[in-house]
Amino acid sequence: MSVCTLRINERDVAVPTGTTLLEAARQASIPIPTLCFLEGLSAVAACRLCLVEVSGADGHAEPRLLAACVTAAAEGMRVQTHTPRLQEIRRTVVELLFTEGNHVCAICVANGHCELQNMAVDVGMDHSRLPYRFPEQSVDLSHAQFGLDHNRCILCTRCVRVCDEVEGAHVWDVGWRGEHCQIISGLGEPWGAVEACTHCGKCVDVCPTGALFHKADTSEEKHSHPERLQTLVHARTHQEWSP
Amino acid sequence: MSDCLRLCTAASCRSRGALALLENSDRPVKEVGCLGPCSEGPLAAMGDQLLSLQPAENETVGPTLEAALARSRQISAEDPFLKLQRRLVLARCGVVDPGCIDDALAQGAYQQLQAVLAADDPSAVIETVRRSGLRGRGGAGYPTGLKWATVAAMPGARKAVVCNADEGDPGAFMDRTLMEGDPHTLLEGIAIAAFAVGAKQGYIYVRAEYPLAIERLRTAIAAAEAHGWLGKAISGSRFSFAIELRVGAGAYVCGEETALIHSIEGRRGVPRPRPPYPAEHGVFGLPTLINNVETFGNIPALLQLGVEAYGAGTKVFSLTGHVQRSGVLEVPMGTPLRTIVETMGGGAAPGRSIKAVQTGGPSGGCVPASALDTPVDYDSLKALGTIMGSGGMVVLDDTTNMVDLAAFFIAFSREESCGKCIPCRSGTVQLEMLLRKLLERRGSAADLSQLESLCHTVADASLCGLGQSAPKPVLSTLRHFRSDYLELLQPAEVAR
Amino acid sequence: MAEIYPELEPVLQRHGHQPDGLIEVLNRAQQLYDQLSPPLLRHVARQLHLPFSRVQGTASFYHLFRFAPPARHSCLVCTGTACHVQGAAQLLAELKAAPLDELGVELGSVRCIGTCSGAPLVVVDGAVWNHVEAGAVLKRLQELE
Repeated sequence: MSVCTLRINERDVAVPTGTTLLEAARQASIPIPTLCFLEGLSAVAACRLCLVEVSGADGHAEPRLLAACVTAAAEGMRVQTHTPRLQEIRRTVVELLFTEGNHVCAICVANGHCELQNMAVDVGMDHSRLPYRFPEQSVDLSHAQFGLDHNRCILCTRCVRVCDEVEGAHVWDVGWRGEHCQIISGLGEPWGAVEACTHCGKCVDVCPTGALFHKADTSEEKHSHPERLQTLVHARTHQEWSP
Repeated sequence: MSDCLRLCTAASCRSRGALALLENSDRPVKEVGCLGPCSEGPLAAMGDQLLSLQPAENETVGPTLEAALARSRQISAEDPFLKLQRRLVLARCGVVDPGCIDDALAQGAYQQLQAVLAADDPSAVIETVRRSGLRGRGGAGYPTGLKWATVAAMPGARKAVVCNADEGDPGAFMDRTLMEGDPHTLLEGIAIAAFAVGAKQGYIYVRAEYPLAIERLRTAIAAAEAHGWLGKAISGSRFSFAIELRVGAGAYVCGEETALIHSIEGRRGVPRPRPPYPAEHGVFGLPTLINNVETFGNIPALLQLGVEAYGAGTKVFSLTGHVQRSGVLEVPMGTPLRTIVETMGGGAAPGRSIKAVQTGGPSGGCVPASALDTPVDYDSLKALGTIMGSGGMVVLDDTTNMVDLAAFFIAFSREESCGKCIPCRSGTVQLEMLLRKLLERRGSAADLSQLESLCHTVADASLCGLGQSAPKPVLSTLRHFRSDYLELLQPAEVAR
Repeated sequence: MAEIYPELEPVLQRHGHQPDGLIEVLNRAQQLYDQLSPPLLRHVARQLHLPFSRVQGTASFYHLFRFAPPARHSCLVCTGTACHVQGAAQLLAELKAAPLDELGVELGSVRCIGTCSGAPLVVVDGAVWNHVEAGAVLKRLQELE
């Protein structure tokens, strides 16, 4: 296994060739914002928050914008993670997320422990320059233990991926297209009617917002548990447990 | 058969009554593909003579072919629309019966494939393509020879070739013309490419909105197989190659190569980040060569002529919009835009003037009338803020509101967005909302500024070409027709 | 009682009951049965060994798949660029305001069928009507049976 050296924000970093830029930055203690990424699930580069500016070794060419979660580190890369251009992109992405849904934090189960909220704070978004659209979205409470509130969903697809890749039930998928995209269960039917669901709750554990929740939780009581996923995946892959 | 009357029965002439004429005729008639100036259709040809069978206004066509011929108008061979073309890709279009492989064979179909197989030197073929400078005709303009070389160099015995026939740009029908008029040229080009890169399996992904093209391709593939030009041990060589037809289901984004691959794999047509590029990891994980219909269509002509005679090559355009004569034409690369639009197309209607020419569909931009002398080539158009695109060329006269046109294109991108990434899914909606606000005269200078900055964010941050290019029509019209925008602002704002 | 769809067997077999044949199967199914109903989608999912949500997610992605029975006639207004600059938006608006349901006509739009020299145009039951305006279209639609 070979090692490569690259520069991230003027810091030299050495990682095994093929490590993602996101992981390389993490190892160098440089935080890159993410929402759709979750350790233990495949990376999809959907949220665009982890975009970084990458130049080749010559440094002459115009830097390219690449998603850190899916881009492999290569020898001589020069990476910038927080340029003004990137900050503007991140700020706009969060504004687009807030304005395309109905994110009412005050009464939400995830208030105070929400990755979208935290991201807004991180990127300095305290108001939106774009108008709120107030779409009509539904809430699915048909399942005995859990609920899905589409108003809060940011289509990160972590639920789809965890149910497909880790639990293996593939209850969830994405339906329709564009602005009409929606997380669907089964044949677009109520969650409670989908026999494939094993009630494992992994999707709730990995959901970054208050979209998926335990019915027993009320406002501010949801705590997501991504670490449970990581423990599971580690055990499966390496046959190692930390009980 | 060469003295036989040829009647175009491709989609456009069909919609103008060509089939009825075919059925009501006493004389032998050969069905052919597009003869060129569709707006004058139905079209027919006898030898070198092109005939327009279009009736006078308020009259119906025919009803018999003889009656239509009696009232027909000849389009002279000196007519610039015909004379200024250089038909390499469309050489046999309008000449052969697209449903008859024997006719195509008699006119030279598969001769280049035969020569290539006899020489048995894939790298020589790639070198020829590389030296020709041929660039992808689907819009991106990536060097074709380089792409072929990349796929050929990939390890592994199994590779695939995919033909992108998902021609989704509104106003573009160059690929449709070739598929309906001379499908064997396309099949031959694909087979030669497959030999060059080492693929045994090919796919043609064609959009569902082209039923006649689908039918022609099915017939052609079956005929080619029956004659041994596709399938096992082609032309007595060790090369085996099969082509499967895959039909789309109404998604413009499936013209994007990774989305197209996913569609062939039976999935949602959602693009994925590149790298890895399809050349390395494509359909079913195999190294895959993807090229556009017209790119493949160039190959037989290129090999027949050789690099020197091929020169800079050609580009097929579909000319439409506010222009006197619309249709399909193939011109030498570098032909000035003015030649195409005014000399060949006849320019705007009487009393009107050309305001701009739109190229590249929803991923492109406008060339203002002041820049009509620009040669049509990849780099010149890019410098103006548009792209060559697939070849759709829409002429816009002075009745056109450029802001309305920008809103039209953004609405298109919004509708066709796959929804995976936020900048495109949500950004296109906000961009359309801003443009509608401006069109309704409720917009301010701040809105205009917001429009521009959001355009840049969407272009920079989107995952695939659809989102990255969606703002181009807006940015292009802002650049060349800013006054159209300023004119819409609320009165107090117009001080700059 | 699960329904069986014998007419789908050939296309399923041609693709070896493999997942990548999904779109071809759905295309054929819609040709045969005019719409993709839930029982049909469940049948296809089982035949291709796919989860229901995957089949639904894929089918709903593509504009041409329909999940409700079609009307007796369909009238699609082309809204491509050439048609747009020749009045397609106006044509669509006027046709939307007309009582087409009473005529058994379903109105929709299509993004360019590639015969732009006939702009503005509509596609009625698969046939292209060139250079149309709303009044003439309505009159001809009324004559349909």
